[in-house]
Amino acid sequence: MKYVNEFRNGDIAAKLARVIASEVNTDRNYRLMEFCGGHTHAIFRFGIQDLMPDNVNFIHGPGCPVCVLPKGRIDSAIKLLQEHDVILCTYADLIRVPASKQMSLLKAKADGADIRMVYSTQDALNIARQNPERQVVFFAIGFETTTPPTTVAIQQAKQQGLSNFSVFCNHLLTPPAMRHILQQDGDQSANIDGILGPSHVSTIIGSQAYNFCATEYHIPIVIAGFEPLDVMQSTLMLIRQLNNDSVTVENEYTRVVTPKGNRKAQALMQEVFELRPTFEWRGLGMMPDSALQIRDAYAEWNTEKRFDVESIVSSDVKNCLCPAILRGLNKPTDCTLFGTVCTPENPMGACMVSSEGSCAAYWSYGRFRQPGLRASQLEKSV
Amino acid sequence: MMRPYSGKLDIRHGLVNMSHGSGGRAMAQLIEQIFMKHFDNELLRQHNDQAAFNVDAGRMVISTDAHVIAPLFFPGGDIGSLSVHGTINDVCMSGATPLYLSAAFIMEEGFPLSELERIVISMAKASRDAGVAVITGDTKVVEKGHGDGIFITTTGVGVIPNGINISGERACPGDVIIISGSIGDHGMAVLSSRENLSFETTLQSDSAALHKLVKKMTEVSPNIHCLRDPTRGGLATTLNELALQSSVGMLLDEQAIPIKPAVVGACELLGLDPLYVANEGKLICICDAADADALLAAMQTDALGRHAAIIGKVVMDEHHMVQMKTSFGGSRVVDWLAGEQLPRIC
Amino acid sequence: MCLAIPAIVTALNADSSIATVDLSGVQKEVSTVLVDDVEIGDYLLIHVGFALHKLSEEEAQSTLALFEELDAMNAEEPVLPS
Repeated sequence: MKYVNEFRNGDIAAKLARVIASEVNTDRNYRLMEFCGGHTHAIFRFGIQDLMPDNVNFIHGPGCPVCVLPKGRIDSAIKLLQEHDVILCTYADLIRVPASKQMSLLKAKADGADIRMVYSTQDALNIARQNPERQVVFFAIGFETTTPPTTVAIQQAKQQGLSNFSVFCNHLLTPPAMRHILQQDGDQSANIDGILGPSHVSTIIGSQAYNFCATEYHIPIVIAGFEPLDVMQSTLMLIRQLNNDSVTVENEYTRVVTPKGNRKAQALMQEVFELRPTFEWRGLGMMPDSALQIRDAYAEWNTEKRFDVESIVSSDVKNCLCPAILRGLNKPTDCTLFGTVCTPENPMGACMVSSEGSCAAYWSYGRFRQPGLRASQLEKSV
Repeated sequence: MMRPYSGKLDIRHGLVNMSHGSGGRAMAQLIEQIFMKHFDNELLRQHNDQAAFNVDAGRMVISTDAHVIAPLFFPGGDIGSLSVHGTINDVCMSGATPLYLSAAFIMEEGFPLSELERIVISMAKASRDAGVAVITGDTKVVEKGHGDGIFITTTGVGVIPNGINISGERACPGDVIIISGSIGDHGMAVLSSRENLSFETTLQSDSAALHKLVKKMTEVSPNIHCLRDPTRGGLATTLNELALQSSVGMLLDEQAIPIKPAVVGACELLGLDPLYVANEGKLICICDAADADALLAAMQTDALGRHAAIIGKVVMDEHHMVQMKTSFGGSRVVDWLAGEQLPRIC
Repeated sequence: MCLAIPAIVTALNADSSIATVDLSGVQKEVSTVLVDDVEIGDYLLIHVGFALHKLSEEEAQSTLALFEELDAMNAEEPVLPS
């Protein structure tokens, strides 16, 4: 795959690892937060931590839109299904996420709810067209990467007069979440030295959107591409900034990220969405101006208006450490439920189910990994 | 022979209805004009509820598999050929020579006879090509809405030659792990024909009967420790099963695992891991290191083993983990699946 | 966040709002409404059935060139993490 395989080259990885090892200052630690859950997944899938010196550590951030979605939102969707016989279209990522009372969309489906997994908003629109007598609800989740496709779907529904289609909007914004992490102090601070910025959110919002990290919080940030060499190169760039006491926004993912981002997508989002005054983030609490809702001009395609969806407040399972893990304060292995009560087939919280969740990554890729155990040692130890 | 029915089934336009499963004339006609016609063999022609046959002395093997796949027809196969290949494979993974198959059909009221015939013709061909006859069967019909078109259960019997002892708990530290060819072909070919994940590809299911390949392998090395076909859940799941059964760990080399570029591309598009995608014409062989080269060479002379490769080794591990050295140089655990692998957007 | 992958445009529909992209021999139709001036031969970043951005081949080559420079860097004594 062109422009993918070249960025997965193992020989270059080894060279980059040598350069990183030669440039780190052995007198200090480098705590680097990879904000985006996709990066967490890539770090584990390719075993990137293995190639880092001991004093370079990745702290997993809250950039997993499934993990930070409060259970109450899934409860609301399930209630909608029970009360209104709608067809609920959802990305597969949400299907196993635990809701309240040990429910999930998967279990609701087994109970008879009409839930259909879709790959794209276009599939949901097609389902609405094919079933004119049924109400079709699209469960929209995701950060700024996934929001423009929802925007297009709402506009198409309006243009085509598709009156049986609506969107249950749970889109979130990245910069406010980043601010929230950087604002914490004392024992609530993750003490991060630098940030690996999200790849694909940045193609939409542009690298300039992160200037506040440097100017207001004095934390260097490198927008990192999605492939493992991108992650390593970006890590090197952060290490260099920290070694030189420089604090800027750098862009490693220049092949698809520009300073201003995708202006067309931004304009479309502005047209259809507006900020919610406040929104509850699982693990991060209530945050102002951090999430999107559908504007009045498109109210007809807003599930929350069409069905008068009430907010359901729900709480996490006792002892579930997802909130602290999402904020970078703890690792999954610190959670008493990890691997005991909470497993992928019986998850207590979204972090264990979501493909981007820290707990899922730890479980799938390295739950018995001792800190610092390298691939070369693996062969000797088993 | 006197028949209890007259006339011909309207296969082109006819639909399965409740009387086809009720044991009377309509069912007799369906069985004769579709099943008997295409499966046609001496044992079936006896028209008994069972089939009697002699076997050479030896250990017998029996295996059964239910097939509920959707869509019924996919590039490279259909539920019919799959049901023949799948059960032949389960039987021969013990080292046994498969002898006969039975086939039970559960059809939904309203299922087109033309599709039924298409499936049965495909099964009959698969059975003939493999040299394993379908000698008895059953037919049931359920009310509309109570079935997914058609479900097929096949059961196979075979006999294991003396001196062969292949079983999932026989893997030992030091053993070599071999795969017979590229992974993920079947699962991705089937996905490509599902409506809302539509992507265009020339990928075909690898559905195939592996018993002749297995025979070549056991002739070269009667002391093979384990054989298994990585069907649902893919290579990863099957290796985890074997690791658990044998109380060992495994270490794989990602770069050594054969995989077609189109499977890689389709998995990347959908966010799937090819290690967990189903295969229907591949086998995993775990053998003594001393036998590996000879086995590999023998496999590569067979059309179904041409791309066979050594992909890893068995190690001691109290946690029974399957781990993999990534082509990137790091390492990762290759775990059991929690449930069905689902495409992801995040 | 989110999974996106670059694929090459092999065909466009009449008003260029839908592109057929190819990834290792797999073809998929994607919407191009979020990106302007799409042409056959362009690489597009694909996410949930939409093109999010064109990939700049020039920038991709620059990034790859950075990796080429690693050979020239001072890594005389390989210091692998241990």
